[in-house]
Amino acid sequence: MSEASSTGSVLELSFHMGQTLLENGAEISRVQETMERVARAYHAEEFNVYVLTNAVFAVGVENGTERRMELKHVPASTIHFGRICAVNQLSREISQGKHTVEEALARLEEIRNLPYSFLPLSIFACAVGSAAFSFLFGGSGWDALTAFICGLMLESFLYWTGKRKLSKFLTNLSASALVTLLAFVLLLAGLGQNLDKIIIGSIIRLVPGVALTTSIRDFFHGDYLSGTIRMIDALLVGGCIAVGVGVVVRILSTLTGGALL
Amino acid sequence: MIDISLLLNWLFQALVAFVATVAFAVIFHTPPKEYLLTGVTGGIGWAVYLIAVHFGCGVVAASFLATVALAWLSRIFAFAHKAPATVYLICGIFPLVPGAGIYYTGYYFFMGNNALALDKGLETIKIAIAIALGIGIVLSLPQFLFTFRRAASQKSEK
Repeated sequence: MSEASSTGSVLELSFHMGQTLLENGAEISRVQETMERVARAYHAEEFNVYVLTNAVFAVGVENGTERRMELKHVPASTIHFGRICAVNQLSREISQGKHTVEEALARLEEIRNLPYSFLPLSIFACAVGSAAFSFLFGGSGWDALTAFICGLMLESFLYWTGKRKLSKFLTNLSASALVTLLAFVLLLAGLGQNLDKIIIGSIIRLVPGVALTTSIRDFFHGDYLSGTIRMIDALLVGGCIAVGVGVVVRILSTLTGGALL
Repeated sequence: MIDISLLLNWLFQALVAFVATVAFAVIFHTPPKEYLLTGVTGGIGWAVYLIAVHFGCGVVAASFLATVALAWLSRIFAFAHKAPATVYLICGIFPLVPGAGIYYTGYYFFMGNNALALDKGLETIKIAIAIALGIGIVLSLPQFLFTFRRAASQKSEK
């Protein structure tokens, strides 16, 4: 029922701050607290909010009129800590009384347009991360180098699937299969020694660490429903990776007569 | 029991974990000024894991201890930098997340080795639970445990 509103609505500001936090991967309690803090700082007469992993429901009274807002969206798979930090800072400044509502809305608009990391940098970071993890889990220097190449391909592939809006399920299945295949090809080409270490290093990028951590935080905060949603998400993604890797390894080992690993 | 080469090995591994954590911080679009502290969180978490394993802890117990250490650090850093603890926690947790467990589970499952698949699958879940407990416990602790040093220093300045 969110009607076209006058500029400078407190509820609007609070709602959009919550939305920005949720879309960029913040935990439920942070979203809820931020929204309530903003409403309180601007003396909204009444404000109630209920947040789920994929929805926000807010009801408030402002200048004597009651307004309701609701938002439903698909759980965002892109994490942007920069935006979360910035909204956090903004809400801190708001409760210190540093901004008018208009200023805060303008600042929020800037935050929502904060850019993603430069793509080649992301690709390089993924490659470095893969190489480092491959080494940490017991791989040799050559394994790390192979994982580096796998990481380059993986992040490029993820960017491509992200643009095509491929489902999470398919993305994880295909990405882990691709990494396994690539690692095998590179191994055949004489690069790297341990197939398992290369693959483990490369799939860490896909492993649901964010979903797991956020789910735990939600659980311990008493947001059981949101915690469950994210826990299932983590389990499914983990399962997809295991299937993607396992199937390809099985096929390859059948083809090569079990000479693998 | 602990000689120099072992210490150097731990230090080197912690450095690699530092680099890996910073790489993930870049992937998750963390503000550049937090790179150093996320890296420190990840590096120390991994070092604690290695040391725990060296002193005879199982993988699960070591994951728990390392998670406690890194959750503790991320709360301290969060307070010091006025940033959400999630930022440090999520980037730092990646070395501990059971990626190897997922791989071996999938591998044995599809190679038809059911006993080992179950074994690895259960271990993966146990590690996930250990991480969950570690994070949950530290994040539920009262705030003053992570701020007392600053409070004390402010008092002495006055």
